[in-house]
Amino acid sequence: MGKTITQKIFEKNSHKKNLTPGESVWLDVDVLMTHDVCGPPTISIWKNEFGDKAKIWDKNKLVIFPDHYIFTKNVHANRNVDILRQFADEHQLPNYYDVGTERYKGVCHLALAEEGFNVPGTVLIGTDSHTCTSGAFGLFSTGVGNTDAAFILGTGKIWEKVPDTMKFIFDGELPNYLTAKDLILQILADITTDGATYRAMEFDGSAIRQMNMYERMTLTNMAIEAGGMNGIISVDDVTKSFLSSIGIFDYDIFYSDDDAKYFSVNKYDVTKIEPTVAKPHSPDNRDIVRNVEGTKLTKCYIGSCTGGKITDFEFAAKLLFGNKVKVPTFVVPASTQVAKQLEIESLNGISLKEIFENAGCIIAESSCAACLGGPADTIGRSSDGDIVISTTNRNFPGRMGSKKSKVYLASPLTVAASAINGFITDPRNFL
Amino acid sequence: MEKIIKGKAYVLGNNIDTDQIIPAEHLVYSTSIPNELKMYGHFALSGVPIEKAGLPDGNIPFIEDENSESEFSIIIAGTNFGCGSSREHAPLSLNVAGVKAIIAESYARIFYRNSVDGGFLIPIESINKLNDKIETGDELEIDIINNQLKNITKNLFYELKPLGSVFEIVESGGLFNYARKNKMI
Ligand code: SF4
Repeated sequence: MGKTITQKIFEKNSHKKNLTPGESVWLDVDVLMTHDVCGPPTISIWKNEFGDKAKIWDKNKLVIFPDHYIFTKNVHANRNVDILRQFADEHQLPNYYDVGTERYKGVCHLALAEEGFNVPGTVLIGTDSHTCTSGAFGLFSTGVGNTDAAFILGTGKIWEKVPDTMKFIFDGELPNYLTAKDLILQILADITTDGATYRAMEFDGSAIRQMNMYERMTLTNMAIEAGGMNGIISVDDVTKSFLSSIGIFDYDIFYSDDDAKYFSVNKYDVTKIEPTVAKPHSPDNRDIVRNVEGTKLTKCYIGSCTGGKITDFEFAAKLLFGNKVKVPTFVVPASTQVAKQLEIESLNGISLKEIFENAGCIIAESSCAACLGGPADTIGRSSDGDIVISTTNRNFPGRMGSKKSKVYLASPLTVAASAINGFITDPRNFL
Repeated sequence: MEKIIKGKAYVLGNNIDTDQIIPAEHLVYSTSIPNELKMYGHFALSGVPIEKAGLPDGNIPFIEDENSESEFSIIIAGTNFGCGSSREHAPLSLNVAGVKAIIAESYARIFYRNSVDGGFLIPIESINKLNDKIETGDELEIDIINNQLKNITKNLFYELKPLGSVFEIVESGGLFNYARKNKMI
């Protein structure tokens, strides 16, 4: 019987052969990632549990990005970053990216890709549910809590159940009004927010192969919104050229066998998909944009690990060029590298940054910002009565701030079109 | 591990995500300073919209006033309990509030792992939907070994799914105890 990529990586890192889905195994962890919200409690569990013997299993494999609550006056939030800083200092950690320094990166999932931690064929574990994002590079990545992370910190090991794999094939040429976000929202509608619980989600098909790495990361990023254990896309020339551009050449490539057994296979013709939204209050509450067109908005938000990558801003700039936004519109580059790219990349001779400024957008510093609400002084946070359209990934009650606000999730094209009109708008009206 | 768990039921719907269990804005408190740890109990389930808090009628706050402990120690819920973020603060806050066990139709993977590995509470799967049969305030008794739930108030019995492969971790009281018992660390 053939095997899927995820199963092959499990075999490699558990040093076991012929694993069957459902079986629990111990995996060697190649990278452990944490951030300012979950890092401090992870460190404290690690210290308590290992006591005097507490030793980091491999400093080179530990990566820490403060990114969640950064530009805030909240003293507790700032204390968390202080704890990380002290810890990094005390242990001379090579992969700590401190706030207020040149090294500061912003949102961890994008930073992992930019800094070359997404190495194909490896196991990457993070204390953040969207750690599944890294799977776009043909590796197994998943999110865990602080106890599991503390255990890894001391031992380099994690127990996991071998997952079944669900395959999603997108064929056809992606029309100019669609982005990866529309595709993943479509999947969520079809399988719902628990449709992939304890399973791997593998993406393939000609439409995926045409996508750049950032768009692929939008798909694997939201695997967790379907409850998925991990999202994964096999390595191809697009992956290889991204990796070689940052100096990574040495890695294991796994492919799913032709006769691999899948839990399910869903096939899509992308030319039949329409611009899509997830209505309040769940990422699987799908509708097509046309059906909710005209819904009045009070805020628009372009940011996060899902929708704050350079490609997301390229999409948005295409529509915002020469237009003005009618409602407060927040542009939050996920990483400092994206923020720099906004200044360098241009459209019709004008930098993306200027396009957003001219359109009247509010450009914020790189961090998670209002994607998860955050402390009261977080930029873009939703207030009572707000109706927001956002490129982020979750719209459960209160996710972006107030429980009494409503959030629609959409592609950067749809959010930009809606910002121009002040109500939900199909991007095809501007293309 | 307690083999028999007794307590009052607090009933919730489907897809109770981690932002409803402990809203993100409160994640700044330290988990190792006792006075701050209490805040996690105080804000437990504070993100649940009030009309859905404590079914069937709603409008029953999980935590009263300034308390950090709830009178309810067993949660009954629908599908996909604990979906959303990886924050271990979610099962932790329920634990601080005094929750001993949850009985839901299904769980999100990370919440489930966190509950078990952190030894915070016992996540049990029901065989059938129960959140339309049990009411907030009902007195319940869970028999962990025999996978049985008794609704003392209504004198009804339900069968539960066995804990399966995580039983040993639950019984040890969490991943670290389990690993020490098995001489892994
Ligand atoms: S941007 Fe949002 S989803 Fe991504 S890591 Fe930050 S809080 Fe999580």
